[in-house]
Amino acid sequence: MFAMKHTLVALLRDQPGVLNRSVSLFRRRGFNIESLTVGHTETPGISRMTLVVDGDTTSVEQVIKQLYKLIDVLKVSDVSQDPNVTRDLLLVKVYAPPAKRSELMQLADIFGAKIVDVVPDAMMIELSGSPEQLDRFVDLIRPFGIRELVRTGCVAMTRGASTVSGPYQNQEFRAA
Amino acid sequence: MKTLTGAQMMCEALLAEGVDVMFGYPGGAIMPFYHALPEYPQLRHILVRHEQAAGHAAEGYARTSGKVGVCVATSGPGATNLVTAIADAMMDSVPIVAITGQVVTSLIGKDGFQETDVTGITQPITKHNYLVTDVRDLPRVFKEAFHIARTGRPGPVLIDVAKDVQNARGMFEYPESVDLPGYKPNYEGNRRQIKEAANLLNQAKKPLIMAGHGILLGHASVELREFAEKTGIPVITTLLGISCIPEDHPLSLGMPGMHGWVHVNRAIQECDVLFTIGARFDDRVTGKLDTFARNAKIIHVDIDPAEVGKNVITAVPIVGDAKRVLENLTEIVNANEHSEWLNHIREIQATRSKRQRDPESGMFTPHHVYAEFTQIMQGEFRVCTDVGQHQMWAAQLIEYMKPHTHITSGGLGTMGFALPAAMGVQVACPNEEVWAIAGDGGFQMNLQELATVVQESLPLKICIINNGYLGMVRQWQELFHERRYSATPMWSPDFIKLADAYGIPGLRVERPEDVAEAIHQARATNGPFLIEFVVEREVNVYPMVAPGASISDMFEDPNEVEIEDVVAVK
Ligand SMILES: Cc1ncc(C[n+]2csc(CCOP(=O)(O)OP(=O)(O)O)c2C)c(N)n1
Repeated sequence: MFAMKHTLVALLRDQPGVLNRSVSLFRRRGFNIESLTVGHTETPGISRMTLVVDGDTTSVEQVIKQLYKLIDVLKVSDVSQDPNVTRDLLLVKVYAPPAKRSELMQLADIFGAKIVDVVPDAMMIELSGSPEQLDRFVDLIRPFGIRELVRTGCVAMTRGASTVSGPYQNQEFRAA
Repeated sequence: MKTLTGAQMMCEALLAEGVDVMFGYPGGAIMPFYHALPEYPQLRHILVRHEQAAGHAAEGYARTSGKVGVCVATSGPGATNLVTAIADAMMDSVPIVAITGQVVTSLIGKDGFQETDVTGITQPITKHNYLVTDVRDLPRVFKEAFHIARTGRPGPVLIDVAKDVQNARGMFEYPESVDLPGYKPNYEGNRRQIKEAANLLNQAKKPLIMAGHGILLGHASVELREFAEKTGIPVITTLLGISCIPEDHPLSLGMPGMHGWVHVNRAIQECDVLFTIGARFDDRVTGKLDTFARNAKIIHVDIDPAEVGKNVITAVPIVGDAKRVLENLTEIVNANEHSEWLNHIREIQATRSKRQRDPESGMFTPHHVYAEFTQIMQGEFRVCTDVGQHQMWAAQLIEYMKPHTHITSGGLGTMGFALPAAMGVQVACPNEEVWAIAGDGGFQMNLQELATVVQESLPLKICIINNGYLGMVRQWQELFHERRYSATPMWSPDFIKLADAYGIPGLRVERPEDVAEAIHQARATNGPFLIEFVVEREVNVYPMVAPGASISDMFEDPNEVEIEDVVAVK
């Protein structure tokens, strides 16, 4: 029952208020959300939400059950235990006078990051990867002087041919 | 197919859903609906005096009839006045549909006159809600709303309809079915888990059934009784489960929890299997959670998967409808008797609970009222209580024999509930005797509804237990706050004159020997009647578990425990 990070994937009907409903559910039930992203899926009318929550197994099960109670939530899966690809996207603007530039470019290269904007004393770098990778990159460039940083939060997909999409099973039950 | 206005569609939809009565209050944003209403004489509209009362009346109607209750209000203040009743229905899983008018679509989001974001406000207190901005959505939304309200774990659904949508015209075809891929309640309990439960119950030496509101909401009283009789397992009923089994049944033990009976809480602490159906382990029932039923394996049947495992650790979780699960279980479980166990509990009961039933002589306590009431009524009544001491006494002391005869606000504990809810109960059961029992405090929260009672010729009987205090709060102040009676002494108007102003006859009773006569007179009166019982001012509800304490630590009298101990655990 120790606390750990869980990655949940939820499929939602695109109805007005559905995002608000989900988010306010977390607030009301006191669940701690680390990141939340929403976007379209292969099926028109259905959005996909990726949530990273911090909690023990029981409270994560509660999050899932409570989410299922929302009429417009079609499916929720905890993919933390499955082999999966989790990606976060980072844009960072770093202080980069000409003397520091090549060093920064080298670092970016090692991480597979892209330089997307350069001005005389700053540089914008784009990097996507696992959250841990991004953390490490940020640690490395911090000494250069970060002026602005933004991350999207995680999206996740399980490896292999199986998918989390349909058949939708609203009241999927997990023994407590 | 016909073309209709949105307002007409709303009425047609209500008819299609079998609605014959609604409780409401008009205003600008819902006027087109009210304009259409006279074209539908089959739809009875009851004009309340405050929208909160419309919501509670819809609840009272739903809680007794098993049908969906409907309430109607205008936008803004009308809609916000419904909020308390909606939250109440949510906490107690009561199926109601609340219809509100909204400002015209072009003004939504512009802070138009009387605009409030009522779908936003009610999101956490509704099972689902809708804002309708296109007349073509109306039939589908109504179909879905009623379906969602009454199926699965029932609950309140709100439909907010923009005024221009009510005026717009469109083709009306009411859908026959709903298409909600994300909403498929599970009624059939898992076979394997039901078997596991049966095994556990077969082996149990000291099993106990805890029956909650789910039995009443699922109309499973008969099935509960058959199951209990076959297995010989005693039944305890939560505050909202009261009346799901006749209280004179040999297996019926009474209420657990903060103001439950000592023998019932003891039984919970001693039982080896606690079979809970349609109850959600509210903190008022469990007391300190980690000491609750610690010798028991818990079987939990609930239609809402999120309830299972929410508060207690469950040995066997069963997600399903109370009625069906009980039927399935009764089929496979062994016939049994638990006479030794039952006798043991009855012995505790015989030694512990006398004091409550025999209040000290010379005082006029509510106990006299409830004792006479039970005696005279012989089980033929429906009672709606308010919130406070009188509510707990009504739960403890009146004997309920038939399902849906005890209606109370259990989860939210809403003062002001009794009178408007009783109106809904009386509308649902026009030929039965309905009593609203309230404290002097709670009665004054919705007393304006006396006018509705008269206008609608509702023959309900009103009973005010007047102790001159906000009694339950005063009790806590006495026990846990050094008797500092801060803001609890309460002046009241002359309730009998007040009733008279509304044209309702009434009687004030100040002595135990006059109780019976007053009740007889109320019953003999054709129409509403109000009795004010002026009782002893500082009587407490016992037994009691201090808030936050274990249900093992009940006290029946403050002298039994050092008050400091009680304060320490609160
Ligand atoms: C709307 C609302 N406000 C406040 C409370 C808190 N409260 C619970 S019981 C109670 C006292 C009730 O007093 P009264 O109606 O006179 O009934 P009594 O306890 O004396 O029987 C109060 C204030 C509540 N439950 N509901």
